[in-house]
This record gives sequence, structure tokens and C-alpha cells, in this order.
Amino acid sequence: MTTSLALDIGLAGLILAIGIWTVFARDSLAAVIGFVGYGLLLAIIWVRLSAPDVALTEAAIGSGMTGMLLLGAAARLRPAGNQSTRTSLGGRFAIGVLCGMISAGLAIAILFPPESIPSLAPTVMQNLAPSGLGNPVAGVLFVFRALDTLLEKVVLILALLGVWSLATDRAWGGVPGLRIYLEPSNTLTFLAQLLPPVGVVVGVYMCWVGANVPGGAFQGGTVLAAMWLLVMIAGLRNVPRIDGFWLRFLLVIGPVIFLAIGLAGFVLADSFLAYPAGYAKPLIVAVEVALTLSIAVTLGMLGAGPPERSRHS
Amino acid sequence: MNILLNIFTVLAVVAGAFFFLAGTVGLLRFPDTLTRLHAITKADNLGLGLIILGLLPLTSGPIQALKMISVWLLVQLSGAIVTQLIARAVRLRGLQE
Repeated sequence: MTTSLALDIGLAGLILAIGIWTVFARDSLAAVIGFVGYGLLLAIIWVRLSAPDVALTEAAIGSGMTGMLLLGAAARLRPAGNQSTRTSLGGRFAIGVLCGMISAGLAIAILFPPESIPSLAPTVMQNLAPSGLGNPVAGVLFVFRALDTLLEKVVLILALLGVWSLATDRAWGGVPGLRIYLEPSNTLTFLAQLLPPVGVVVGVYMCWVGANVPGGAFQGGTVLAAMWLLVMIAGLRNVPRIDGFWLRFLLVIGPVIFLAIGLAGFVLADSFLAYPAGYAKPLIVAVEVALTLSIAVTLGMLGAGPPERSRHS
Repeated sequence: MNILLNIFTVLAVVAGAFFFLAGTVGLLRFPDTLTRLHAITKADNLGLGLIILGLLPLTSGPIQALKMISVWLLVQLSGAIVTQLIARAVRLRGLQE
């Protein structure tokens, strides 16, 4: 008991230290690396809180994918030098006050909990059986709160549209400017040839087992996206043009199938996003597979950045 | 038999933790990037390898053991590659200056 308490206190202290260091780091690249370490520690804390699903997502999306996007942003800003516009005193004061209010609210919620903590967990476990799923987290995501999950995936595509809209007029519809390694490197080529077969198996596995144990579309899709980005960065495959038919088809296939099954619920199961009795599990697996593909392609293109080369060059 | 296995686990994990400690001290104390890389790879490869070797008797079956060995192999692969890439970047920058 005392050992695990010491471990928890150590983790909490470490994450506080890294958080403070990241905020005060002067160099943007150093701050991003601090942020990635912060995300990995946060994933370990989620494991300590017995939430492996959240831990996997935090490690894959919060630390890995966001870290890569931030590294790309920091590298793009670097040539501009350190003439960054400092936020005005009033602005910084407002940010500080808002952050302080959020921290105070969270602290009050944790320090003074209500007599009986409200929880829907027993209800979820009682009603999970008809869906045929073994993982209560997948049950909440695809049965009880399916609308949230659907909107989440649409938001991901909106984020990609936001990145694409940074393109110049000339480059619109062209090829994303993923050119991190200008010089060909044998070592990187070796990794990009060796790792993807393993990574693809891991990604598909994570998506497949998500119905019964921790895992799922988001975690599996992120691993697939990472493998795709690795192959593109090493230059073994070209980055696709953003106006390609197949690219756009794969981007929307997940949400479209999800929405179609949701609409079919009006007819077959008398409400939006409801599954007809007995067919819940196969339908959910179909949605998860399509979502995994869409998430992988969306995250891969997010990592590749806005189009920079025109389609004619 | 069980006590022997437990002693083996404790010894191997302690040895692994020692390599992590040594690697971290090296990372903090060594003078330049290349020697720091040299220090940190020892922690990744040998330290993690010993810890996983020590934990193998505690696994519930061969599948779980195989998963842990794959984790070690994957960390070794990525560690070795990333070290090579960083060292290469350092060398190229050195040639330019």
C-alpha cells in the first residue's frame, strides 16, 4: 500500500514539475518535447487510475499525434526567428484568471465531493449484455453515447479542413508539404520497411479487440496513421494529392457508414443511432472498422500538413 | 522453486534499474551529444531487457510473455534507429559548421 502511494506521489510530483517546466521553457521545440513527456506520464497516471482505454488514447493522440503536430508547427515557426508577438499584459492576466478558476473548480470538486458520488457505471453494466460488447467503454462510445462519438469523428475532419485551408490558392488540391528529411537516410528507410508490417498488425488488433478489452478505433487508427506517416517521411511512398478521389472517399467513409446506420435506426429500431435487436455487435464492428480507416487517413493527412506543392508541378 | 524464481525476478529487475540509473546519470553528466546517446542506449537495451527478463516468470502464459519480449524488441529497434538518426544529424551539422 505504501509503495503504491509513494509511486503515485512521485508520479504526481514529476508531472507537476514537467508541466511547470513546459510552461516556462523559452525554446518552442524544448516546450513541445516537454509536452510529449507530460502526455506519456499522464498515460501512466491513467493506468494507475485503472483507465487503460484513456491511457492508450492519451499516449497515442495526446502525446504522440499532438506532439508531432506541435513539432511540425514549431519547426515551421523557427525560420521566423524569435520575434514572436508577446501577448499583452491584459490578455495574459485574463488567461491566468481563467486557468485559476478552472483549477479552483476542479480542486473544489475533488476536495469536497458530494455525499454519494453520482455514477452511471452500474446502469451501464446492467444494460451492456444486449449489445454483445464486452468492453463497457466501447458500450458507452457506440451504444449509449453514440451521438458524441459520431460528432467527434466529424470534428476530426473539420480539423483537417482547417489545416488544408492554410494552403495558398496555387497549391490548393496539391500535395502536402511533408518534407522533414530532405536527405535520404538509409537508417530511416530501414525502419520504414521493417516497422509497418508489425505496426499494421498491432493497429488492426487494437481495433478488433476494442469490443471486448481496452482498445478501439481511435487507438488502432492512430497506430495505422503513424505507420503511414513513417513510410511517407522516409520517402518510400508519395504523399497523396488532397483532391484525390480515393483519399476523400477514405476520409468520409467512417462517418458516412456511422450516419447511415444511425439513420437506418429510425426505421429498424425506432430511434436515431439505435441498433436493431440482435444485430448490435456486427453493426458496431462494421462502424469501428470503417472509422479506424477514416481516422488513420485523417490523422495521417493532419500530420502531413497543408498542401504546398501545386498539382501541376 | 517459487522462492528461487522470486529471487531471480528481484535480482534481474534491480540490475535493470541500475542500468537505467547509470544511463540517466550518463545523460546528465556526459559532455556532448554523442556520448550522451551512448549512455542512454545502454539504459534502453540492457536495462529494459533485464527488467523484462525478470518479469517473465510472473506472466500468466506464453502469449503474455511473448508480448513483453516483443515490447523489448520494438523498443530496441526504435531506440537504435532514433539514436542513429540523431547521431547522423549531429554529424551533418558538424560538417556544415
